[in-house]
Amino acid sequence: MFELPKEYELFRGVVRDFAAAEVAPHVARWDRESYFPTELMPKMGELGLFGLVVPEEYGGADPGEGAFTYLCVAIEELGRVDQSIGITLSAGVGLGINPILTFGSHEQKERWLPDLVAGRALAGFGLTEPEAGSDAGATATTARLEDGQWVVNGSKAFITNAGTPITSVVSVTARTGTKPNGSAEISAIILPNGTPGFTVDPPYHKLGWHISDTHGLSFSDVRVPEENLLGERGHGFRQFLATLDDGRIAISALALGCIQACLEMATEYAKTRIAFGRPIGANQGVSFQISDLAVMAESARVLTYKAAWLKDEHTHGRRSLEEVKRAASIAKLYSTEAAVAATRIATQIFGGNGFMEEYPVARFYRDAKILEIGEGTSEIQRMVLARLLGLPSD
Amino acid sequence: MNIVVCVKHVPDAQGDRTFRESDNTTDRANVDGLLSELDEYAVETALQLVEADGGEVTVVTMGPDQASDAIKKALQMGADKGVHICDDALHGSDAVATSLVLAKAIEKLGPVDLVVTGMASTDGTMGVVPAMLAERLGLPQVTFASEISVADGAVTIRRDGDAGSQTIRSGLPALVSVTDQINEPRYPSFKGIMAAKKKPVESWTLADVGVGPDEVGLGAAWTTVSSFAARPPRGAGTIVSDDGTGADQLVAFLSERKFV
Repeated sequence: MFELPKEYELFRGVVRDFAAAEVAPHVARWDRESYFPTELMPKMGELGLFGLVVPEEYGGADPGEGAFTYLCVAIEELGRVDQSIGITLSAGVGLGINPILTFGSHEQKERWLPDLVAGRALAGFGLTEPEAGSDAGATATTARLEDGQWVVNGSKAFITNAGTPITSVVSVTARTGTKPNGSAEISAIILPNGTPGFTVDPPYHKLGWHISDTHGLSFSDVRVPEENLLGERGHGFRQFLATLDDGRIAISALALGCIQACLEMATEYAKTRIAFGRPIGANQGVSFQISDLAVMAESARVLTYKAAWLKDEHTHGRRSLEEVKRAASIAKLYSTEAAVAATRIATQIFGGNGFMEEYPVARFYRDAKILEIGEGTSEIQRMVLARLLGLPSD
Repeated sequence: MNIVVCVKHVPDAQGDRTFRESDNTTDRANVDGLLSELDEYAVETALQLVEADGGEVTVVTMGPDQASDAIKKALQMGADKGVHICDDALHGSDAVATSLVLAKAIEKLGPVDLVVTGMASTDGTMGVVPAMLAERLGLPQVTFASEISVADGAVTIRRDGDAGSQTIRSGLPALVSVTDQINEPRYPSFKGIMAAKKKPVESWTLADVGVGPDEVGLGAAWTTVSSFAARPPRGAGTIVSDDGTGADQLVAFLSERKFV
């Protein structure tokens, strides 16, 4: 009951081998050069990582049961070696593929999904704006219908996988009108990269996640056919909310990979680093902290996979959405805050070396902070939980 | 094309490999095992040949219960079916007995175009089973292939030696052993892992392949391990503190060992 079935562990072994051979030897350089490894994407595609939740007719290998849990295993294992590669998969599936798969028409799926699943292309999801982050309802980007075309104007911020050499498409949310009650009508529209007026801004200069591709996007009279509407008009916000829980669980899996890496690195170092004539792990000041890392990893693991399991159960109608929502927020909140704490502890155990980029622990330290921010900040998670607990809100 | 790949389940070289105190045979129970890395090249070779020309890949292994994991890995990579010869009497079998059992199993499988093996196992590393197996099956043996092609009913390989490379051609059926230079074995894909669960694996006993228990096992082995000892632990290195003669000491160390 508290272990993943054997086939999940078997799959984990394959992803672990892959990450050790195809990712680990290169990440230090990729990170230093802020290089996005386009060449890795088709290899991840061949492994089947982008297609875990996608039916076979679009090139995927959705196993029917447990698809999302498999995805979390893959994200955790990639994240254990490098967080940027983990988020590239997480966003590639959760934000790139998922909205098209869930809300797209058959034609849209046929057109975009096979390349995305194969890792020949990546897609982004443009929700966040310079003035609209957690407050997604404040979306200022507009789309007006004109002669059978959507004309999109505005901008988006912090969009993952939006500017890689193989990015094919970005789904963006935009105001398409005003509802009778005066609130904004938000719809999602598919914008192929390269459409005139669609500018990918230069990459951000980030604290961490240097390998992950993140750009701002600007739209100036970007014209796309009316049929590029994704899902129903006016449902863009609701559609987006429906993908939120997945994203939170995925980030929890990514954070788990980070904690697990910290645990392994710190344990190894504490056994071999000699100070005052003995391994530093012989000091309880060090060993107790590593024990805490083990507790964090175990806790994050149980919370993450419980949430993933609930999500898979919900997919088959066996669990309620509210249960998923609650588990997703709890997992995301705990795992990401634990990941930040874990990188702080691990770096401290490495002493001066922990501040050196020669040691991967330094990269994990820089990469962890965003986990508490993206896909709903810690504060948003606490707000969600407080509401679910029935606490008064204004 | 009908291809049989012979594979071996070996103790993971990353683990603490040892022998059993009771009979000096390899301890296979207390260490994690895996499909011998050198056999992954053989599986990949067969898969590529079948992908190009069609056909079927059957994986054969001999070993204890957990050896079925080696078959499973090959099926996940894309092989079509597996045969596991598992029998208590096989414990302690040497290469001579192994080749006998594998040959009988392959004969039982029926006509085959190509038998592919790795160049050696990563545990015993004797590298003699391919030759013995070819002899028993009466097939031409084309060993240590670092390149392979099949056309017009013949197989052509390149065998790299220290002084040069040979190109060798043989009619089919034949037995080919491949080196770790021949290809880059694929990772099992998620689809492959899922599909492997439904692929047939037959479990055969010695009786099923028509080999007597007295022909195999420790008792029939042509060689015995009379004793074993763990490799002595590596000594601590020499630390040279540079008091002005550090470079000289390093050069002396290297020249003493004839590195310079």
